[in-house]
Amino acid sequence: MKSNPIFVSLANLVQFISDGDKIAIPKDTSGVAMSATKELIKKNLKNLHIVCVPIGGIQADMLIGAGLVSTVESSAITLGEYGTGPRFLQALKNNEIKMLDSTCPAIYAGLQAAEKGIPFIPLRGIIGSDLLENRSDWKVGENPFSEDDPIVFLKAIRPDVCIFHAHSADKHGNVFIGRNRDLITLAHASACTLVTVEKIIDDDFLSDNLRAGATLPAIYTSAISVAERGAEPLAFGEEYAEDQEFLTKYSIAAKTQAGFEKFIASWLSA
Amino acid sequence: MNQASSAKSKIELLIASIARSLEGCRHVAVGASSPIPGAGALLAKHLSKNTMRVSILGSERHNFFTDGGVELFDLAAQGRIDAFFLGGGQIDGDGNINLVGAGDTYPQHTVRWPGSFGSAYMYYLVPKVILFREEHSRRVFVPKVDFISSPGSSSNNIYRRGGPMSLLTNLCKFSFNKNENEFRLESLHPGVTLEEVLNNTGFSFTHPKKIPVTELPSYEMMNTIQSLIQDQLSEIYPIFAKRMAAFQKG
Repeated sequence: MKSNPIFVSLANLVQFISDGDKIAIPKDTSGVAMSATKELIKKNLKNLHIVCVPIGGIQADMLIGAGLVSTVESSAITLGEYGTGPRFLQALKNNEIKMLDSTCPAIYAGLQAAEKGIPFIPLRGIIGSDLLENRSDWKVGENPFSEDDPIVFLKAIRPDVCIFHAHSADKHGNVFIGRNRDLITLAHASACTLVTVEKIIDDDFLSDNLRAGATLPAIYTSAISVAERGAEPLAFGEEYAEDQEFLTKYSIAAKTQAGFEKFIASWLSA
Repeated sequence: MNQASSAKSKIELLIASIARSLEGCRHVAVGASSPIPGAGALLAKHLSKNTMRVSILGSERHNFFTDGGVELFDLAAQGRIDAFFLGGGQIDGDGNINLVGAGDTYPQHTVRWPGSFGSAYMYYLVPKVILFREEHSRRVFVPKVDFISSPGSSSNNIYRRGGPMSLLTNLCKFSFNKNENEFRLESLHPGVTLEEVLNNTGFSFTHPKKIPVTELPSYEMMNTIQSLIQDQLSEIYPIFAKRMAAFQKG
């Protein structure tokens, strides 16, 4: 166990990620590390397996468009009010990505199995859905405590790394996540957790009971970077609203690969 | 009536119709990208004198969850959610829904939608699922979906307490008969004919001899939608709320 939190630059944060990694990313409202996404794209990683928890948005679409992704595991890819992810659609059409269509609670449950260190977890629903037909890591089994009660067993999802944006870190590397408990699930399930924060506070969150329950302890955090407004253009809690102009422009530009590349080039240099 | 005010009154009719069908629920949950169901649930909550709980995914204010995204699904599994909304790029006469794609074969569908979200779970576990899809066309209401995100019914040995209760569209409202596994036309929206519904529906359904007209929003409902609900929606669905507000001025 490390004794000191690792505060690093954004460029160094993404050095913890390697080609071929299974990387978990949160939904748009849980704290998406958009500033770090720039570094991911600059690093030009390859063959990532992204696990969207439980759905993906502009970050997933950008990573796909920039050619970093070979497998997408998600319950949906959507830009919300701005439409379906255009680069995701194109990549799927061109057969450039392997798609593991899921359903939200199955992604959570798979991660929860990893939290517990167990190989699989049962979940209700799903039987009769075509999702099941396309997932070799989901199997229908029998409830061992009952008769004739088929139930789906999901293989645990153990990401190599997860990356997200949070409100703040204290000087020990404890991360305040508020009620974005998805981030706790992500960190518990993943082998390595990378965090960007709005700020570092000279304090100890765990010494304050009001904050401690909403804190991810430093034992899970592998590296932390400060990224002010690090979720932009997405909204971040009540801190800042989404950048409607950016999201609208992206949804139009990314309809073509050329438009996407031009848009990203200007975003990276901004 | 001009086009804007007609579109606005259609939205208000849908919101009111959803609110009416939620009467008596203790806890209603609303999923992602569902502004009209969200508005209907908030209206039902207001009409219940705030005794109804409404949880809207993506909202900071209308969401009491403190255990992350998993809490919605755990609540559903425990029977703590009475009603939920689902839609679909395709819906068929058996109540099967498709949120994945159409045409050609999976995963290279000709048309691809965002994905199944929580449908392959919530449809089984929430007692009242209201299917909502504004576009009423043969492209949406098909004889058989191209991909089953979630089935409308399951065999007897599959654990299932939930399923489709009704289907609300731009033209009409259907109920779902679980015994016969079929939709029944309950009411036509003002100005809509049975012929129009038949022409635009790819599956067969039953209907009463004399089909009622969908009840219009009450005066109180209209007032609430135009003030309180629009304001509450602007946090979660800023673009939709703007569209509603623009109708108001126009």
